[in-house]
Amino acid sequence: MTRTFPMSRQCPYDPPPDYGRLRESEPVSRVRTWDGTEAWLITRYADSRAVLADRRFSSDSRRPGYPSVSAASAVSRRQMRSFINMDDPEHAHFRRMLISSFTMRQVEALRPRIQSIVDSLVDDILAAGPPVDLVQAFALPLPSLVICELLGVPYADHDRFQAWSRTTINAASTAEQAQRAVTELAGYLGELVDAKDREPGDDLISRLVVNQLRPGHVTRADVVGMARLLLVAGHETTANMIALGTAALLAHPDQLERLRTDPSVVKSSVEELLRYLTITHSGRRRVATEDVTVSGQLISAGEAVIVAGDAANRDPEVFAEPDQLDVARKARQHVAFGYGIHQCLGQPLARVELQVVHGTLYGRIPTLKLAIPAEQLRFKHDMIVYGVHELPVSW
Amino acid sequence: MKIVVDRDKCIGSGQCVMTDPAVFDQDEDDGLVILLQPEPPADHQAAARDAAMICPSQAITIQE
Repeated sequence: MTRTFPMSRQCPYDPPPDYGRLRESEPVSRVRTWDGTEAWLITRYADSRAVLADRRFSSDSRRPGYPSVSAASAVSRRQMRSFINMDDPEHAHFRRMLISSFTMRQVEALRPRIQSIVDSLVDDILAAGPPVDLVQAFALPLPSLVICELLGVPYADHDRFQAWSRTTINAASTAEQAQRAVTELAGYLGELVDAKDREPGDDLISRLVVNQLRPGHVTRADVVGMARLLLVAGHETTANMIALGTAALLAHPDQLERLRTDPSVVKSSVEELLRYLTITHSGRRRVATEDVTVSGQLISAGEAVIVAGDAANRDPEVFAEPDQLDVARKARQHVAFGYGIHQCLGQPLARVELQVVHGTLYGRIPTLKLAIPAEQLRFKHDMIVYGVHELPVSW
Repeated sequence: MKIVVDRDKCIGSGQCVMTDPAVFDQDEDDGLVILLQPEPPADHQAAARDAAMICPSQAITIQE
């Protein structure tokens, strides 16, 4: 039977219940996506890792049969391709230019700065008094400020780039809306690249301009593509993890209390929420370049594959009682950042930001609670990255 | 136990360094894996196995 993808959730914190049934009885199943493209849906953890690590599955979005997430995403990938939609050796060529800025050591060096941003945002929240929308007052500004400083993008422009970014990850955006947003974001970043070429600063885009663009290792469009990927991925994902993670903890007060009173679970709570929420809920997309058999099912060359990381992260073969949120769980083998050569480049940065948030926010506002009934929260079912639209809180 | 790393496969995710910074490091210049202890003592062997399992590019191999 061919189901429609994406499937519907019942509980906002759990993946669609169909995933559990498929993982058990039909782990490689047939689905039809928004534009009629048929794809194989992978729901088991072991199969997910196997597919994502297998070079016979291509990430190249120009290949016939590549299953795009939405009309908007098809447009933005066509117009501004970046290394997440390339295969090696092309992918490695670009990724390796960036790794040294995202090592554990480089990112740990940012921890004091991240702590000071978190502290001052919490000061502002407390000064403003309840109710406060935690998305606008905290979850979005923190990663946006951090990625802007790292890249050398003026934070003062955040209203513009956040709006362009939202349009491209909104599955309900039309191709025309996405086209306009992508063009405007590319134009904005292009001007920024030119400005840094005239006067380089101490930031990542300037380093790309000086070390890669000027010697001719990459084109201006390549630098714009990398800047765009880092800017969009750097704030959308972390912002949603902060807001949705807080909502999930407020819905599980015993777990929030544990985290608030036991600093030893700060790191594991971050991994557990990454696993439990898996906000990249649109799946990792691939197209087979050869015939490959996965869990007994033949996937033929040219066929599309969607790896449901949110299903894999609830696989009871790997995580005991997977539907329970347990902030002390050892969950680091989750695939919330993907797996294989495309595993998230920014994950050390995301981890440090989330660890600082978890180690600070709930301690400084110990009586934090929702300012509206939980059933009134609006979840991002239509967005390529899952989350909450607003999180009104009081204390 | 002997650990072997393949820097050509490494994507610099930092997962191994996070698992056990006494055994793995990242190069300052290219961010790729540096193996500090190819034959780790007993109390670091479980972490080395975890690092090999978690490594997204399967660049770490354990030989028992």
